[in-house]
Amino acid sequence: MRDVAVIGVGCTDFGEWWDRSFRDLFVEAGVMAIEDANLAGEQIDAMYVGNMSAGRFIDQEHIGALIADYSGLATENIASTRVEAACASGGLAFREAVVAVASGMANIVVAGGVEKMTDVDTSLSTDALAGAADREWEGSVGATFPGLYAMIANDYMHRYPLTREQLAQVAVKNHYNGARNPIAQFQKEITLDTVMNSTMVADPLRLFDCSPITDGAAAVVVAPLETAKKFTDTPIRVLATAQASDTIALHDRRDISTLDATVAAGNRAFKMAGLERRDIDFVEVHDCFTIAEICAIEDLGFCKKGEAGRLTEEGYTALDGDLPVNTSGGLKACGHPVGATGIKQVCEAVLQLRGEAGGRQLDGAEIGMTQNVGGTGATVAVHIFGRT
Amino acid sequence: MSVPRFWRKIPQRYNLEGTHCEVCGRYFFPPRNLCPDCRRDGRIVGHTFEGVGTIVTYSVIRTASDQFSDLTPYVLAIVELKEGARMTAQVVVENPEEVFIGMPVKAVFRRLGTDGESGVISYGTKFVPA
Ligand SMILES: CC(C)(COP(=O)(O)OP(=O)(O)OC[C@H]1O[C@@H](n2cnc3c(N)ncnc32)[C@H](O)[C@@H]1OP(=O)(O)O)[C@@H](O)C(=O)NCCC(=O)NCCS
Ligand SMILES: [Zn+2]
Repeated sequence: MRDVAVIGVGCTDFGEWWDRSFRDLFVEAGVMAIEDANLAGEQIDAMYVGNMSAGRFIDQEHIGALIADYSGLATENIASTRVEAACASGGLAFREAVVAVASGMANIVVAGGVEKMTDVDTSLSTDALAGAADREWEGSVGATFPGLYAMIANDYMHRYPLTREQLAQVAVKNHYNGARNPIAQFQKEITLDTVMNSTMVADPLRLFDCSPITDGAAAVVVAPLETAKKFTDTPIRVLATAQASDTIALHDRRDISTLDATVAAGNRAFKMAGLERRDIDFVEVHDCFTIAEICAIEDLGFCKKGEAGRLTEEGYTALDGDLPVNTSGGLKACGHPVGATGIKQVCEAVLQLRGEAGGRQLDGAEIGMTQNVGGTGATVAVHIFGRT
Repeated sequence: MSVPRFWRKIPQRYNLEGTHCEVCGRYFFPPRNLCPDCRRDGRIVGHTFEGVGTIVTYSVIRTASDQFSDLTPYVLAIVELKEGARMTAQVVVENPEEVFIGMPVKAVFRRLGTDGESGVISYGTKFVPA
């Protein structure tokens, strides 16, 4: 297998964009990534596009071809493939690109992700998102996504010491980071009271425990490490790519508040990279709900089960903490265009490692990690990145 | 969810008809035709669940999709049936505050929701305090 590097990144502003279409968003992100990599379009061998549900959100399928076409690459007849794994679509698209380059099947590959969610109302988006769980035995009896994660939160709080305030602190921290990220949907700091007084969505989760409904796209370019320096002075090496699956329905999990797929993908990634937990300088995790960040920190092995709430309260995961988590603002503040999120996480890791993260830049970050979840944990992708 | 897709599973939904692996003894609801433990070595037979169990975890849903919006707030729970299988279902109570983890419940047959476009009413299993 060849070593692989990320040589370009691009991300649109995340938000509610009435005036921009699905294809506008993707093309903007794709062009940014290609320019960042100093590439010409004809150098691209293949594309992988993460997208969860264009069929439900904008009545459009055949996304691979559409994206290649509007990226001006139809005339090059490049191979373009849509990858779907609910909210982990982006993470899996990135992994496909890395595998294609590592295997030698392709040299320059674009991995992107895009979702246009605000053309439909909250009721329809809630229903479309419920398709990430088991439609026949969860969605059909009234399960919503916030509801499923709320059941994780209640199970967790019944078994481990986690206070409502510690959970809220996850959102406060992520909004603090989002306020320092110019692409974030919410660039506004909040207080514990903002979270505690916000509308209840699914007990115990309130509005400010939830990621929002978002439009956005992100793209990155990967290439063999040995040629990466031809395109950029700061290639970022992919140290590990890992993926795991678990039962589609939450009720069939071995343990409701442990994402076994995160545990498995995390262990595989650490093994592949030959690294220990303490080697990781920062991590972007899938905080679709505040409880998901608590579980992710523990399931990736950064602390024992039941400790992440206290660590969050003590500032361990803050921008100036020992293990900064979600420097981008996470899904909570940066926004969550589901298919794009996994790629946005990669963009954030690359910006931090290049030292280009502006007001949220970490000092001397050498190694970063990303964790992207589909559904309530039925698919997880984990990646580790390092400076070269 | 489409009408045929819902109706196909009506015996299971109405009567809690699941499956059982005679080799390892596991019970499955929702039904499975392949035992995840024994796979091709398993022997799957039908099993009608008694419909009694306890609440493993729950939430009170306040924002729902159209099909369920006239029911909000409603209690959604994961129920562990006596035979060991776990399923997701609504719990019907006067006051959501009554519900707790470990609460004994039993199955009842109720209206699940209304499909906005077709107006078709779907029925299935919900739980009430036992
Ligand atoms: C929580 C949720 C139901 C709120 O939707 P909603 O009630 O329709 O909210 P609206 O769009 O009407 O917005 C109302 C206000 O709240 C704000 N808002 C919406 N979602 C927000 C969020 N998650 N956090 C903070 N503020 C939010 C809006 O900006 C708006 O503010 P304004 O009145 O100042 O303009 C919706 O965001 C949601 O479903 N989130 C979960 C998404 C999800 O499940 N993703 C997949 C996870 S794997
Ligand atoms: Zn068996």
